[in-house]
Amino acid sequence: MSGTYLGMPAFPKAAHEAVRDETLRGNLRHATHTIRAKRAAAVAEVSDWALLREAGKRIKDHTLRHLDRYLEQLEASVTAAGGTVHWAADAEEANRIVAELVKATGESEVVKVKSMATQEIGLNEALEAEGIRAYETDLAELIVQLGKDRPSHILVPAIHRNRGEIRDIFRREMSEWGRPAPEGLTDTPAELAEAARLHLREKFLRAKVGISGANFLIAETGTLVVVESEGNGRMCLTLPETLISVVGIEKILPTWQDLEVFLQTLPRSSTAERMNPYTSMWTGTTDGDGPQTFHLVLLDNGRTDTLADEVGRQALRCIRCSACLNVCPVYERAGGHAYGSVYPGPIGAILSPQLRGTESEIDASLPYASSLCGACYEVCPVAIDIPEVLVHLRERVVEGGPATREGNKVVLKPAKGHAAERAAMRAARWAFSHPGVLRTGQRVVSRTRRLHPRTLPGPGRAWSGSRDLPTVPAEPFRDWWQRTGGGKGGAK
Amino acid sequence: MSSRDRILGRVRRALADVPSDDVPYEQAVQRDYLREHGGRSIEETVDLLADNLADYRAVVHRTTMDELADVIGRLLSERGSNSVLVPSGLDAGWLGGTDAERVADRAESSPGELDALDSVVTGCAVAIAETGTIVLDGSPDQGRRRITLVPDHHICVVRVPEQVVPSVPQALERLDPTRPLTWISGPSATSDIELDRVEGVHGPRTLEVVLVSGPPEARG
Ligand code: SF4
Repeated sequence: MSGTYLGMPAFPKAAHEAVRDETLRGNLRHATHTIRAKRAAAVAEVSDWALLREAGKRIKDHTLRHLDRYLEQLEASVTAAGGTVHWAADAEEANRIVAELVKATGESEVVKVKSMATQEIGLNEALEAEGIRAYETDLAELIVQLGKDRPSHILVPAIHRNRGEIRDIFRREMSEWGRPAPEGLTDTPAELAEAARLHLREKFLRAKVGISGANFLIAETGTLVVVESEGNGRMCLTLPETLISVVGIEKILPTWQDLEVFLQTLPRSSTAERMNPYTSMWTGTTDGDGPQTFHLVLLDNGRTDTLADEVGRQALRCIRCSACLNVCPVYERAGGHAYGSVYPGPIGAILSPQLRGTESEIDASLPYASSLCGACYEVCPVAIDIPEVLVHLRERVVEGGPATREGNKVVLKPAKGHAAERAAMRAARWAFSHPGVLRTGQRVVSRTRRLHPRTLPGPGRAWSGSRDLPTVPAEPFRDWWQRTGGGKGGAK
Repeated sequence: MSSRDRILGRVRRALADVPSDDVPYEQAVQRDYLREHGGRSIEETVDLLADNLADYRAVVHRTTMDELADVIGRLLSERGSNSVLVPSGLDAGWLGGTDAERVADRAESSPGELDALDSVVTGCAVAIAETGTIVLDGSPDQGRRRITLVPDHHICVVRVPEQVVPSVPQALERLDPTRPLTWISGPSATSDIELDRVEGVHGPRTLEVVLVSGPPEARG
């Protein structure tokens, strides 16, 4: 899969390096803690949060269990509304379709709304190879693109950069791509945002082709939904003559009414706002308003393989809110780049190895990039049991077994003697040498204590065979505290 | 085999474990969550809308139909706006209190032309109190999506209480998905630089919402 960053070191090595990077850790710590606290407050405002979360989970599960039907319905409704639907089995096919659509317009420049799907397939690079320049227009994506960098967070991709670094990137690079940074640009966020506004506006005003993803697709009506903050999305979705949206097949919701759940849970989970500043919804094309040509590219690229795994398929419920990243003790220390994938953090640790398979060293190590503390599950607005899937994937790495790759049933070999084994061991060692990470991991571990031998299973065996594993308490302190109401409950 | 057939075939094989008599959608999804959060009077709902709009840095004004033209005229002159973009179906009386040049929303006007204009005045389709959101649906009093995006100053008139609903579920019930919809909660904003919120990256940096009460017959 072309979304793999070539030459990327496996998680433990990358994490080890990131942990030593003090600036990165400082930036990340500040960011994740800020969003975390705000999210909790935004969620607390909604008294029926648990019910909304359950409904979201069920809507997504139901859709996934009948995905063939909803895909066909969506295709029919988008077509009826004036759009054209394309199907792409993998990244290469999606990129080819998009490049051909752009070329057919005669244009060699496109403006882009931030989209995980297009990052996953490496669309910008593929377009570049065809002589088409893709401009990222989200402020953070612009920072990443100008900095010749990679995104490190789903929602705030430049979270690892501080304002001084951003100013330097703008001063150095903006003139290469268009309007240069203003003279004497300082590092105040308002000035930096203004510089980006001016730089990008000249691109928006002349753009003929826009490329986006979508947060939701409504099967019943053929409506696409894009949720954003800055207005760059609205620019790309409404000013160009042609709009091309590349969307994963798991983004479907059956009905218009289903949005009432996700438009409440997504903003509060992601930016901790009651509602994000802008949401655009469009159904095909509208005469005289917005793009007059609309293409929807439906992307598989490993999603059907993920769907084939009865435990792992729940990862496809993900609405990319990034709440799990912000609570993850491992992400906080290691940063997004260590995951070697466009999907970092806990969701990346379960999604990437499923979309790409566990053959590579980085993918084999990702299920170990977690302390299993369960915080990600608690915040997830669609209740994905990330720890459960992690354990399941560890088993697959270690023991092999049946899986589906590109639609075909395969039997994976155990990772014994494989690079993955070494990767997994390094990950275990990394976790054990970071007591804080391990401690938070005890919740899940102790719940399954019965199943835990004194040595690590699989690839960890050789390592733990010569060492005592830390004893796992019968019940973690945090659970005990909650169960007994702070020790006052009188229970044991 | 086409990619369409290949993907649909993969989906069907992947779901071989799902029984054909799996629970239908209506039963699979329980909608026992709330239709609105908390019981409020109509006045309280409008107050909440005003609070939440202001919390996200929209500038909120309250007036009556009789005063509306004066208020809009004052907002435009305080802003120093010389030109104002006008959707085709906007009540002409709303702009009775300004000398600013009125520029019609035309399909052929280029983004560059829109960029040269100072302000835009529109109505809205519905406003959501719990989230501080106004929704535009491209009706004649709101115009095409681009006119509320490119100019830097947007004045949006919300008729209260008729156009206000408490919650997101109630707003969706009122909206027509076949229309192009824009949901706006406060002005354009970014938190991409060290999570400091900065208003206005690409969309209008100033959003003024005028909550106008009064009998509909007093309009114009
Ligand atoms: S896994 Fe859950 S918490 Fe994480 S990004 Fe996806 S929806 Fe959000």
